[in-house]
Amino acid sequence: MMKKIVAFFFAALIAAAVQAQEAPDALIKQVTEDVLEIVRNDKDIQSGNTQKAIDLVDKKVLPHFNFPHMTALALGKDWRKATPQQQQQLTAEFRTLLVRTYSNALTGYKNQKILYKPFKMDAGETDVLVRTEVLQPGSKAVQLDYSLEKLENTWKVYDMTVAGISLVTNYRDQFAQEVRNGGIDGLIATVAAKNKSLEVNLVKAEKK
Amino acid sequence: MTKVSGGGKMSRCRRLFAGGALALVFCGAALAEENQHDPYEGFNRSMFAVNEVIDKFAAKPIAQGYDKVAPLPVKAATGNFFGNVGDLWIGSNNALQGKFGDAGVDLGRLLINSTIGIFGLFDVASELGLEKHEEDFGQTMAVWGIDGGGYLFWPVIGPRTLRDTAGWVIDSYVDPVWRARPISSRNSMVALRFVDIRASLLPADKVVEEAALDKYAYIRDAYLQRRRNQIFDGRPPRLDD
Repeated sequence: MMKKIVAFFFAALIAAAVQAQEAPDALIKQVTEDVLEIVRNDKDIQSGNTQKAIDLVDKKVLPHFNFPHMTALALGKDWRKATPQQQQQLTAEFRTLLVRTYSNALTGYKNQKILYKPFKMDAGETDVLVRTEVLQPGSKAVQLDYSLEKLENTWKVYDMTVAGISLVTNYRDQFAQEVRNGGIDGLIATVAAKNKSLEVNLVKAEKK
Repeated sequence: MTKVSGGGKMSRCRRLFAGGALALVFCGAALAEENQHDPYEGFNRSMFAVNEVIDKFAAKPIAQGYDKVAPLPVKAATGNFFGNVGDLWIGSNNALQGKFGDAGVDLGRLLINSTIGIFGLFDVASELGLEKHEEDFGQTMAVWGIDGGGYLFWPVIGPRTLRDTAGWVIDSYVDPVWRARPISSRNSMVALRFVDIRASLLPADKVVEEAALDKYAYIRDAYLQRRRNQIFDGRPPRLDD
């Protein structure tokens, strides 16, 4: 019995170590396949149930994203002018908005296949680009790339690029505009209001 | 340069605009200090508003109808057909940019899809591993070192930089679809291609609508990023933060 318990803990330790050392391309592949497997078997998500897609993204995808870094990238040099509290609030609101965007894209999934491009990195690298492609019959493959950074022992995504369009830096001019008009607090209020209006749409859609 | 009030600049800008594309370059220089990415923002925003109305009441409903009625194989064949028609010019642009290997692939695609692929209705070449490219004359000019020259939003045509507007004119001039005769079949083909492209963008509508704080700016910045990516064939050099 004792032996079994020791063996179990040993196995758990190794599993944890493997998890931490996991290569960034393997991480992207594993998360993508996990999520798509669920979407493939979920008629609700396929027929446009955004709330269900959001729950899935919350559970499976969010732990691998570095939202403070994403928000800093979107805000550019104004990030350093923001107080820690403002940074925190903006990160929370921006996170809600990004999760929605990502979830909406998931509801459009129609059996496309993902092609994982060959990946290589040097031993000490802490900032990498993992490249994938979305293949769909009858149209050109869509490039889908992830920027990851190594934090302590885990890899976190800090940007996603669809057909060359960064979902994060695409906000830079809009954020700068809001900051010019109403400061950082004005920007936080605008993103919060946007999230709120989308939330209302969601409730309406569910009542239908 | 003497300092003129913003409104004065704008109306002068519009008059100049009627004078032709060249005038826009100077006009752009006068306005550049206001927004470096978008010197003609006032003009663009009004055109964007016009386009939103056209899209809401004509283009989008027609595209939605087409998307609903046409079965998947028909939609795929339509996309493939127009894709095949474009491959000769895509190959020419690859050659003009010095990418002769890619140009060869495009020519191979054209030959295979026009024959085995039955007039381009099936994209056999992609299944054989001959990858489809995205090229146009605007990208060729960019590779030759011509600057984008400011962002423009046109009704129906959509976003184009000044350079890519000129590129689009050349693309359309050599486009076999625009040269098809009789005129009636040319018009149906141009219309069908437009509907096919609009329908392919339908899934993105909701995403953009919900993601954007300012839809005009979101589409502008997405277009500029995507163009940069296309010019560098999917591997643009990293911009500093």
